[in-house]
Amino acid sequence: MEQLIHLTIDGVGVDVPAGTTVLEAAKQAGINIPTLCYLKDINQIGACRLCVVDTGARALQAACVLPVAPNMNVRTNTPAVREARKVNLELLLSNHEKKCLTCVRSKNCELQTLCQELGVGDETRFAGAMTKYDVDDLSPSIVRDNNKCVLCRRCVAACNVSQAVGVIGPVNRGFNTAIESPWGMKLSDMACINCGQCIAACPVGALYEKDSTQKVWDLLANPNKHVVVQPAPAVRAALGEEFGMPMGTAVTGKMAAALRRLGFDKVFDTDFAADLTIMEEATELLDRLNNGGVLPMITSCSPGWIKFCEHYYSDFIPNLSTCKSPHEMEGAIIKSYYAQKAGIDPKDIAVVSVMPCTAKKYEAARPELAANGVPDVDEVITTRELARMIKEAGIDFANLKDEDFDSLMGESTGAAVIFGATGGVMEAALRTAYEVVTGETLENVDFEAVRGVEGVKEASVKVGDITLNVAVANGTANAAKLLDAIRAGEKTYHFIEIMGCPGGCVTGGGQPIVPASVRMTVDPRVVRAKALYGEDAGKAKRKSHENAEVKALYDEFLGKPNSHKAHELLHTTYVARPKYSK
Amino acid sequence: MDLYRAHVLVCGGTGCTSSGSAQLIERFEQQLQEKGLEKEVKVIRTGCFGLCEAGPVVIVYPEGTFYSRVKVEDVDEIVSEHLLKGRKVQHLVYVDHATKESSIQKSLDEIGFYKLQKRVALRNCGVIDPENIDEYIAFDGYKALAKALTEMTREQVIQEIIDSGLRGRGGGGFPTGMKWKFGYNSPADQKYIACNADEGDPGAFMDRSLLEGDPHAIIEAMAIGGYAIGASEGYVYVRAEYPIAVRRLQVAIDQAKEYGLLGKNIFGTDFSFDMHIRLGAGAFVCGEETALMNSIEGKRGEPRPRPPFPAVKGLFGKPTVLNNVETYANIPQIILNGASWFKSMGAEKSPGTKVFALGGKINNTGLVEVPMGTPLRTVIYDIGGGIPNGKKLKAVQTGGPSGGCIPADKLDISIEYDTLIEIGSMMGSGGMIVMDEDNCMVDIARFFLDFTVDESCGKCTPCRVGTRRMLEILERIVEGKGEEGDIEKLETLANNIKATALCGLGQTAPNPVLSTLKYFRDEYEAHIKEKRCPAHHCQALLNYVISDKCRGCTLCAKVCPAEAISGAVRQQHVIDTTKCLKCGACIEKCRFGAISKQ
Amino acid sequence: MKSLAELEAIRAKTLENISLRKEGNNTARIVVGMATCGIAAGARPVMLAFIEEVNKRKLEGVTVSQTGCVGMCRYEPMVDVILPGQEKVTYIKLKPDMVARIVAEHIVNGKVVEEYTIGAAQD
Repeated sequence: MEQLIHLTIDGVGVDVPAGTTVLEAAKQAGINIPTLCYLKDINQIGACRLCVVDTGARALQAACVLPVAPNMNVRTNTPAVREARKVNLELLLSNHEKKCLTCVRSKNCELQTLCQELGVGDETRFAGAMTKYDVDDLSPSIVRDNNKCVLCRRCVAACNVSQAVGVIGPVNRGFNTAIESPWGMKLSDMACINCGQCIAACPVGALYEKDSTQKVWDLLANPNKHVVVQPAPAVRAALGEEFGMPMGTAVTGKMAAALRRLGFDKVFDTDFAADLTIMEEATELLDRLNNGGVLPMITSCSPGWIKFCEHYYSDFIPNLSTCKSPHEMEGAIIKSYYAQKAGIDPKDIAVVSVMPCTAKKYEAARPELAANGVPDVDEVITTRELARMIKEAGIDFANLKDEDFDSLMGESTGAAVIFGATGGVMEAALRTAYEVVTGETLENVDFEAVRGVEGVKEASVKVGDITLNVAVANGTANAAKLLDAIRAGEKTYHFIEIMGCPGGCVTGGGQPIVPASVRMTVDPRVVRAKALYGEDAGKAKRKSHENAEVKALYDEFLGKPNSHKAHELLHTTYVARPKYSK
Repeated sequence: MDLYRAHVLVCGGTGCTSSGSAQLIERFEQQLQEKGLEKEVKVIRTGCFGLCEAGPVVIVYPEGTFYSRVKVEDVDEIVSEHLLKGRKVQHLVYVDHATKESSIQKSLDEIGFYKLQKRVALRNCGVIDPENIDEYIAFDGYKALAKALTEMTREQVIQEIIDSGLRGRGGGGFPTGMKWKFGYNSPADQKYIACNADEGDPGAFMDRSLLEGDPHAIIEAMAIGGYAIGASEGYVYVRAEYPIAVRRLQVAIDQAKEYGLLGKNIFGTDFSFDMHIRLGAGAFVCGEETALMNSIEGKRGEPRPRPPFPAVKGLFGKPTVLNNVETYANIPQIILNGASWFKSMGAEKSPGTKVFALGGKINNTGLVEVPMGTPLRTVIYDIGGGIPNGKKLKAVQTGGPSGGCIPADKLDISIEYDTLIEIGSMMGSGGMIVMDEDNCMVDIARFFLDFTVDESCGKCTPCRVGTRRMLEILERIVEGKGEEGDIEKLETLANNIKATALCGLGQTAPNPVLSTLKYFRDEYEAHIKEKRCPAHHCQALLNYVISDKCRGCTLCAKVCPAEAISGAVRQQHVIDTTKCLKCGACIEKCRFGAISKQ
Repeated sequence: MKSLAELEAIRAKTLENISLRKEGNNTARIVVGMATCGIAAGARPVMLAFIEEVNKRKLEGVTVSQTGCVGMCRYEPMVDVILPGQEKVTYIKLKPDMVARIVAEHIVNGKVVEEYTIGAAQD
């Protein structure tokens, strides 16, 4: 039995395990203590001083980092506590560029919410000098605007702790402290993997995706362009949140309808390409297994992970599957197979990908992901950008009737849907590999061992005569741990799935941002994944090789998986990149 | 080693080194050789004597003659007169400021500056050669470590320190023995003992002097502490701006290793102990214990939230006991002489002695060590020699940027941790800055706040933004642009920062403002409401005025760069205050003392 | 350092070298007149002899120091020997070969070498 600690918070007695913070204990007592720099499990540093409470000590204490003590008597709502929080909030505002009218985070800004909740009326009481910074928008994925930064350091923790990338941190001191890359370098000069976890962590509008909505509007308005759209699996698990729907609502049909109303000429689904990816990747794996290829083979769907590997673990490049990521495969097929079928010059087709991911923006611009100078994908927008376009177009998203994707590249199986969750690609590949190798029907398609949000998952799966040792890592910090163990010879695997973002694509850097106060009790990685696993379970076809449109693609166009043509269109190469630019 | 008939002790502290003591040593050695005295007279570079005002300082033993402000050209005279012929060089002998008495007939202890001091921490400073471990041993060095290791249990060592009542000399005044006990009680496979030598208060330099003058005492004390809490490794965190201290400490560590006083199985016991030096880049906040540990670990020097306290989770996540240099300097003495000996000195709740760095408007600037409980007046007037130029004392600032100002009418306060806190100041690391009637208290507050704003690490909101806003308000007040409500705003911010800042640096940053507001509120009000600086210090608030002493010589008008002075020959001149730049050129030129600042 | 004895040995050895900086009156002082008159009369070799003798016998708590002219130049080289708690004894017209006896008899054994003293000369 764990020893519980008894304390009193605002007169309410609570019993909590040792090590619980006062913030968490207060939540149990039904009290929400305001926070700004706190981000559960990621950033607990007591920096913003908005969560201060009175414990009877000489000074007020930060509840987010204060462990409970027996018989502690905490008061969270005294005049002194309220005044202290207000003053600190006003101080933050005194050096914050208050452009709320146009800020991308307006209405989903934690600073704004705090002002409302704490009743800060006079944000100019402590007006004074303000720090001025140039906006860094040179990265293809991420914009940093330090004029709005509140120095909570959640982005720093996300980049350093969750992702083991660490290309941003506090520089200078005191009032001139700023979150920057070293030596004044821009994010684009750094070994940044564009994952956007910093954006997901930011409570305000100091970090946001490089906006491509105008470019997409322009494409849609161009009569000479045939604009084809494809949303990624994870988008449907979160888009509804932008329209007030509960987290975990799958909005596949409404999304297809909304895309059509925005004016896209064809609404395909990246899920189709996810099934295609499995065909190619499972074949590649079996080929490596049978012909002494480099093992373990590691998945290549996540562009954040790919860039991480290229910068920090380039010795693993031979291990990377040569498969392009699903939306790039789909782009390549749209501009060849579909173009041929529809009789449109590939140059006149524009492919827009809707992704849960900011790294996809960088990926789409990689020169190797193009054919004859025509990029596979023309524009990438994130889930958030799509929501903004839907809002701007005045589409009543919540009340849309469900619609289907366009055929040819609209069909998908359950195996494709779960790509959006960590372990999903692995599970989908195992379903297909099993049937390809054994020729038998896989009865139980649920590989529970590779599901869930644990950082590194391992399983041994019997596929015919061979036992496949597989591992799944999510978040590049966990990937680093896994790769270190392999480098050290402590572990050997046949097949590994790595997703750059913790939780996989459902919580990618392009997904709707969940405030810290919600993340304290709800884990979006779990809730959003549930929507995808629900879709999977509800599908009649749950194995990629059962996808009829994919089969047709092979029959009519590609031949067979890993054929010469498939290699030309669906596979790619990687380059080792330095950690520091010269 | 041979017997010498005379020892020439030359201060090698940072103060005296910068005023040329290294060249003195060179010259002494050369002169002694020339006169064939090198076998009879030995030259020793020591640590700081404390009376830095009189530096470079040379003491000749056995007479104990105290020469002050010695120049290279004086060395020949000391050698040919004193060392060769036995005649003291009268004109170089130190003269007491207060009494105007020459120290020629007196021993060192009888000089006013030293008479009322009690040198416990500083006992070896200026007496031994800090780079010679034998000399430290001769003055009972490492005897305390031997005693602790061979005669005392770890618990007994801790109990002795608890019983002594020793409190942290870094400023907080936390009971050292209790800290050790917490460290002792934290179970771990590895523990650390650390020394805070990141002395950061402007004007304070006792830690530097101790490391320069008696580095072995710190090593011995840390080894004792390591034994007591169960740590096999020690870290000294010292600022890189203290190169002499760093070098001497390294020399001392090397010597102690060579003698087996550091290393494995010290004195044949099971106890093994090793030490490392870590250099800090001089950030003030790195004197805060958790920021210091971050810095040692190679991270940005920023405080971490407490709890967990370092005694539970400190350096590299292991239990760590961190004490200040001066605290350690007391430890061997307590072990050797016992807790009751230590308690017999000083005040009941603040036993022992405390070293202060005297500075500002005082005659004997330098380092003094007095029993706790000594009245502030004694330190200022009897030891410090009073205020120069017959000026009136206005306040004494203690505790550096974290402390406060003690007004002249509280001068009889006894110097103890708690009495200082009661009146809104604090002990701090022992900086003591004396202010006279010419000091503007608003500007003093601005000065200290300017320092903390500069040194804030920027992690927490109240310190990062709040101190900056306070500074902006103070700046506009001294510039004559203070507004109604500024004092209240200062108080709001000060109280908020005190209550909510993450670390001690932030929480105490408003103290200089709060204490000057408490005792000198009228000066703030004069600046804001009357646009007047009562101390005639704030440039923006004073006007140059020509009185009727003016003979109309026109010199002032000629020298004025702004052509602000007008008047006919042999007529009283007038300054146009709208044009006046307040450069002071006219005052310098006036032969009749007719121009003044008002 | 493996034993307390080692530490004590270093302490004892060094102490004699720095005893002239130690406080307290437990030291025997040998004060040699070293003004021009003394030096001219040969005080320097006498002083060196004292230093050598004290060194040789490894005496603790003995200082050799110099002083100026006391006004009785005809008796130079003059040396005062002051033992702790005792009256000063003044030796006169010393030569280096007389030094060993003063150290042995007076400083070590406390017996004044009467015939070298100023008293003997004036009698």
